[in-house]
Amino acid sequence: MRKSNAFDWLTIILYFILVIFGWMNIYSASFSGAETSYFDMDQPYGKQAVFIVLSVVLIVFLLALESKFYERFASIIYIGSLLSLIGLFVFGKTISGATSWYAFGSFSLQPSEFAKAATALALAKYLSDIQTDIKTLKNQLGSFLIIFLPAILIIPQPDPGSALVYLAFLFPLYREGLSGFYLIIGASLILIFILTLVLGSIWVSMIIVLLGILFYFYRRRRASIPKIGILLLFGILFSFSVNYIFNNLFEQRHRDRFNIVLGKEVDAKGIGYNTNQSQIAIGSGGLKGKGWTQGTQTKGNFVPEQHTDYIFSTVGEEWGFLGTSFFIIIYTLLLIRLLVMAERQKSQFNRVYGYSVLGILFIHFVVNVGMVIGLMPTVGIPLPFFSYGGSGLWGFTILLFIFVKLDGNRKSLQF
Amino acid sequence: MRKILPLTIIVLTSLVFIGRLFYLQIVDTSYAVLSANNAIKIEYNYPQRGYVFDRNGELLVANQPSYDVMVIPRQVKPFDTLEFSTLLNISKEFLIERLDKAKVYSPRLPSVVIPQLTKDEFAYLKEKLRKFEGFYIQKRSLREYHVSHSASVLGYISEVTDSEVKSMKYYNSGDNIGRSGVEKQYEEVLRGIKGVKYIQKDNFNREIGPYKSGTLDTLPVRGKDITLTLDARLQAYAEKLMQGKRGGIVAIEPQTGEILSLVTAPYYDPALLVGRKRSKNFTRLWYDTISKPLFNRPLQAMYPPGSPFKALTGLVALEEGVINTSDKVDCHHGFYYGRNARMGCHNHPAPLSITPALAHSCNAFFAKSHMKIINKFDTSVEGMDAWNKHMKSFGLGDYLGNDLPVGQPGRIPDGDYYTRKYNTKRWYSTYTLSSGIGQGEVLTTPIQLANVTAAIANRGWFYTPHILKEIDGKPIKDKDFTVKNMTTVKPANFEPIIEGMHDVYRYGTAYSLRIPDIEICGKTGTAENFIRLNGKKTQLTDHSIFIAFAPKDDPKIAIAVFIENGYWGSRYAGKIASLMIEKYIKDEITRTDLEDWILSHSLEDEYAKPYSGEPFKINQ
Repeated sequence: MRKSNAFDWLTIILYFILVIFGWMNIYSASFSGAETSYFDMDQPYGKQAVFIVLSVVLIVFLLALESKFYERFASIIYIGSLLSLIGLFVFGKTISGATSWYAFGSFSLQPSEFAKAATALALAKYLSDIQTDIKTLKNQLGSFLIIFLPAILIIPQPDPGSALVYLAFLFPLYREGLSGFYLIIGASLILIFILTLVLGSIWVSMIIVLLGILFYFYRRRRASIPKIGILLLFGILFSFSVNYIFNNLFEQRHRDRFNIVLGKEVDAKGIGYNTNQSQIAIGSGGLKGKGWTQGTQTKGNFVPEQHTDYIFSTVGEEWGFLGTSFFIIIYTLLLIRLLVMAERQKSQFNRVYGYSVLGILFIHFVVNVGMVIGLMPTVGIPLPFFSYGGSGLWGFTILLFIFVKLDGNRKSLQF
Repeated sequence: MRKILPLTIIVLTSLVFIGRLFYLQIVDTSYAVLSANNAIKIEYNYPQRGYVFDRNGELLVANQPSYDVMVIPRQVKPFDTLEFSTLLNISKEFLIERLDKAKVYSPRLPSVVIPQLTKDEFAYLKEKLRKFEGFYIQKRSLREYHVSHSASVLGYISEVTDSEVKSMKYYNSGDNIGRSGVEKQYEEVLRGIKGVKYIQKDNFNREIGPYKSGTLDTLPVRGKDITLTLDARLQAYAEKLMQGKRGGIVAIEPQTGEILSLVTAPYYDPALLVGRKRSKNFTRLWYDTISKPLFNRPLQAMYPPGSPFKALTGLVALEEGVINTSDKVDCHHGFYYGRNARMGCHNHPAPLSITPALAHSCNAFFAKSHMKIINKFDTSVEGMDAWNKHMKSFGLGDYLGNDLPVGQPGRIPDGDYYTRKYNTKRWYSTYTLSSGIGQGEVLTTPIQLANVTAAIANRGWFYTPHILKEIDGKPIKDKDFTVKNMTTVKPANFEPIIEGMHDVYRYGTAYSLRIPDIEICGKTGTAENFIRLNGKKTQLTDHSIFIAFAPKDDPKIAIAVFIENGYWGSRYAGKIASLMIEKYIKDEITRTDLEDWILSHSLEDEYAKPYSGEPFKINQ
């Protein structure tokens, strides 16, 4: 048995580009103008520098571990992670309204950031079991249970954003054979929801009926009329219940967030302030940006949470369109690279895990950047490798480098 | 399919993001402005406006501090408008109106609410202003006049208008700009350059430090001091002499073209147009349409020059060779130039040659000389054009090009003018006779006439009259004022004319106005004039006109005086010119009786006549 340790250097390089570029922007966003050390521990950039150094240590450790370790201990890691989430209800520390942290002196850890990797391992373990067949309803329910258990524990913190990320596991499930029907249903519900808010139930119902008829005539193998009828009816009912859900089940802040993205409400001083200011910051960057540490929006702290969730607006303001497209391209390269890596895995465990990493990084990317540039409602989740925060950085580093390790050892014999 | 779908989703998402970013950052350019608006505050630092001195270094205009109440509408929190307006001593409605105006101008840029508080008003307000958020005090400097004369020359400054803010980049709402006189003409010299400070603000609108470490900031540059060519003592004396009269005085130093005195009457104290009372006083001056104090007579009033013009006619006739110094013309109380056509003349010895003819102001001699000039040419049109060219070389018939912001071209007709007037080219020199004696079509401004006098004093050349002598102590180098303008008349031809003007004092029309020990040359003038009164052309008492220069052989001063409705030339204008010359050359007045006469005689009754509503007599 020969162990090859051919780690994927492209992934590692892309990782470091993102982390270092991220730190530069955190420095700029939290830099107060006074001449201090880059490692000033009173400043976010100083702390982040330490987090980065520690994550290098973490990477060495992760890559040094036996790759079989991850598969073997997946269940235990997962259960440990669930316990850490449950423990928050008792020992959790509340920071800005969310009980998501364990405090160790001046230092806090956010277990939900680590739960993603744990869930990915557990799902990979479950799906790679010879007895598991994703096409059966029983195993589908089993998978959903693994995925949504942590999400359900995270929602009441409250941190709905982090819970939303668990939709990322649709990527591996779909890859492993989950019927596309689920995706279509999910996408349709989202589409109906948004269209109903914009156009109203009547129009949406008419569109649904029209699409049903088209579907019926264009499908070579004609689906049964009752089946399509039930689906259409369900769609129309959902459309009519959207207003009820929106007005009664949603909280005002959620409604506001939707209304802003849909352009129904413009309130640049109140609820729309963040989005508005971050768009001003990005828009004012122009082609080349205002230069590192020269952003006036950034310096004036006009964008709240700029070094965390809104860090991308600093890129926009100070590095301009060149900087933002550079980031998008680097990040996209990383995602595509992960896709390629996931596909070349021989073991199902590795592949499911790879797709989970891809899904999680993708969802974070879409939701975070989409929010900052005003295409998505405000959902507070960090930009992986980029946003300020130790737990986040380490959580994503663990997630990614477990896969780098698995990929590095893919050629070794399987037992 | 299951492998392609994730790739498609990833790539599509990235493309959508890049597209959106392209729109935000490249296509839509409004964000840069929005960003500058909320993150950068611009603060101006106003420099001192330059001082103004007279030719002898006497300080005429300086600065005094004043305090503007400013507002940044965006920062205003609801406040007690009644209390604040009481504090500012204005009405509540006016305050609200000013605030609305400020908001329209810009919600984030400072606007002036109440300009130019005095020190005392400021001291009172300072304590209480803290209560009213969004308001602050900006210190600025106001003009401070050290003299009470020369308002029309010095001009005044006032707040820029909205349209000026839009059209001129330098100015912001509430800035001052020169409105007339040298304040307007030399605005850019006097105003200096505003300093700019860019300040980075944070989301609570707090100032957190200089923007870009202050690399874009500039320091204010103080306005330059200017020295005028005016003689303040002469100027003060001139206004004293002009009390109760309307008209203008222009005195020029012939060797340099420097304007020694420039007076319009009625005049006002320049201090009237400073500070908060400016607007009220200005309105009062503006609406005085009868005495028109804002009408700068020496520069803007076009009068028929009258008899002084005969000197020019004589010069051109000599230059064209149509007369010589011994040619005599007879005069029997007038000049008969056709059947039943006669130009009247007064009683004087006859026949006369050119020098005594000028001393006695003989109409016949100069009307005939004028005819001879025109008739020298094949057609009257050519003759008139030749005459026009000579006249224009003396700076008549067009803007002089002096450095004061107002002026008038006057009028010197040419051949074309008469062709248009008579609607035919077949007109004769007799049609233009009155132009030869400075009546009829010819119009000049007092400064043009003073310039003609300087050109005669110089025997054939002049510098364009100007008011600016030095900038920050350095003499002006402007070619317009430092290059000689040559007239078309040879120096030799000036002697008989200058002799004639000298004889005006020796035995002629200004015999009574001689100045002991000063060889003076002058010429009286009387110009008929008309106004439209209740729709009817009505003749008023003649204008009194006088030109003079002295000393004869080394001229130091050339002067033109117009007194509206002052009757004959030596009655008012001649006396004033004589006193002015004595004052300037000797710096003392020996003929106090003459001075007393002028100071005690007012023409207000004469000016009131046309508006009395009763029939009145003229030339009494």
